Amino acid sequence: MTIKEKQKEVIGEFAAFDDWMDKYSLLIELGNELDSFDEVHRQPQNLIEGCQSKVWLHAELNDGEIVFQGDSDAIIVKGIVALLLRVLSGHTPDEILESELFFIDEIGLKEHLSPTRSNGLVAMVKQIKAYALAFKAKMG
Amino acid sequence: MAFDIRKIRADFPILSQEVNGKPLVYFDNAATTQKPLAVIDAEAGVYKTINSNIHRGVHHLSNVCTEAFEDARKKVAGFINADSSDEIIFTRGTTESVNLLSFSFGETFLKEGDEVILTEMEHHSNIVPWQLLAQRRGVAIKVVPVTDNGELDMQVFGELLNEKTRLVAVAHISNVMGTINPVEEIIALAHAADVPVMIDGAQAIHHLPVDVQKLNSDFYVFSGHKMYAPTGVGVLYGKRKWLEMMKPYQGGGEMIDKVSFSGTTFNDLPYKFEAGTPNYAGVIGLGAAIDYLQEQGLEEIWAYEHELFEYAKEKMQTVPGMRFVGQTANHTSVISFLLGHSHPFDVGTLLDKLGFALRTGHHCAQPLMDRFQISGTVRASFAFYNTKEEVDRLVEALLRVGSMLS
Ligand SMILES: Cc1ncc(COP(=O)(O)O)c(C=O)c1O
Repeated sequence: MTIKEKQKEVIGEFAAFDDWMDKYSLLIELGNELDSFDEVHRQPQNLIEGCQSKVWLHAELNDGEIVFQGDSDAIIVKGIVALLLRVLSGHTPDEILESELFFIDEIGLKEHLSPTRSNGLVAMVKQIKAYALAFKAKMG
Repeated sequence: MAFDIRKIRADFPILSQEVNGKPLVYFDNAATTQKPLAVIDAEAGVYKTINSNIHRGVHHLSNVCTEAFEDARKKVAGFINADSSDEIIFTRGTTESVNLLSFSFGETFLKEGDEVILTEMEHHSNIVPWQLLAQRRGVAIKVVPVTDNGELDMQVFGELLNEKTRLVAVAHISNVMGTINPVEEIIALAHAADVPVMIDGAQAIHHLPVDVQKLNSDFYVFSGHKMYAPTGVGVLYGKRKWLEMMKPYQGGGEMIDKVSFSGTTFNDLPYKFEAGTPNYAGVIGLGAAIDYLQEQGLEEIWAYEHELFEYAKEKMQTVPGMRFVGQTANHTSVISFLLGHSHPFDVGTLLDKLGFALRTGHHCAQPLMDRFQISGTVRASFAFYNTKEEVDRLVEALLRVGSMLS
């Protein structure tokens, strides 16, 4: 699936709920189900420190595709991390660099990606793109 | 209860709105309080009817505006029972008051090797200005630790006071835990060692009656916006003997007597410390807030809020996994808590979706968070427009949030 198709799939899953608490229940579930973060990667350079919560992000290049791992100490943030990774992990640097993230907005979680929310997610998205750029340069 | 809560709530137009489709419950009063119509109208009224730069004009508006401004200064002096309104310096807020004091007191009296005593529960506003002073002048900062239940360790305070101590600066009430510190005792002990004391009253001034003469505090600082007044105004009260000796903070208009390039002389108190055009509309709004508080009665406010606080403490305790941070007998208006192992951010985010405004995070008191080895708390803070029904709804919401997160 392309990044765009994956985003549409996520939007579809969230469309089933119009109550906020149901949406957040799903996020919490996704956070709980996220693949556990490899403890060897829990290093200071992989930590994105928000004012309120922390996010960890690790990236590896695998056959031309970037595989991300992520984590957070706040479960709601972790749920959003899970969504971002589902959408962006396993794609080539070019695909990631060209992608436009619209699903967060569409499912009503835009506030979590606002710079004033200071939960580390804005910096995480930037970091994902930075990884893509760095791997692209490496691949030449 | 002496007051008519329906009438009081009607005075605060912001409270009647919905947030995320739910009626707003505003429990973030320690961050800032809402404003009654009387205050909103007073500030807007300045711009509608008397706006003019103060202390400068020969014309009618300037005189009226100056009078309203100085009248507010008298109200503040009366409110805290200062000996004279010359001892009331208007600032932008608590933060600027502490910066002013640390600069002017520091430049006048402190030298290398001197010590200033702070506490582990201070707001960053009452830490960082002193650190800047410490760097500038080689002054050492000594810190009174906090006990497990959230009180100041008074024994250590006694030990820290010595012949090198030049000032003690301490919060009247902790913005994180609501602990009411024994400021009378602190002031008495410090004075016995000839050391003046600054009290950070940001969290106290609107909750309990403050009499600076009875307290005998040398300096007392607070913010307008936390006492139902407009944002952008604050107060530094100082005893005349100190203020007269202290060097000015900022230079500019208003604060001078005569300016020439061969030397400038400074204006009298309080103007010596009020450089530039002040936020006179905000100050006049502060005067209106004081009128409003006095109409309700500080004793009545204290009684109502304290009853509400005790009720909240009792009810919130019944929520599974509830853990209060700081739990002393002498407490008011603020409850900081953790819910099971949930992150404060998660609790706060879900409560927001249910219409509750609470604060999460470190509350600008990182040393205190380090002390308790936590990264933050969820904080509910109350005002006299809050009700027991709102507390009941919070408890219900916490039960729901708690089960979602566990
Ligand atoms: C105890 C205490 N001191 C100082 C401050 C700083 O006040 P302001 O931001 O109004 O200057 C606060 C505000 O949160 C406070 O609670």
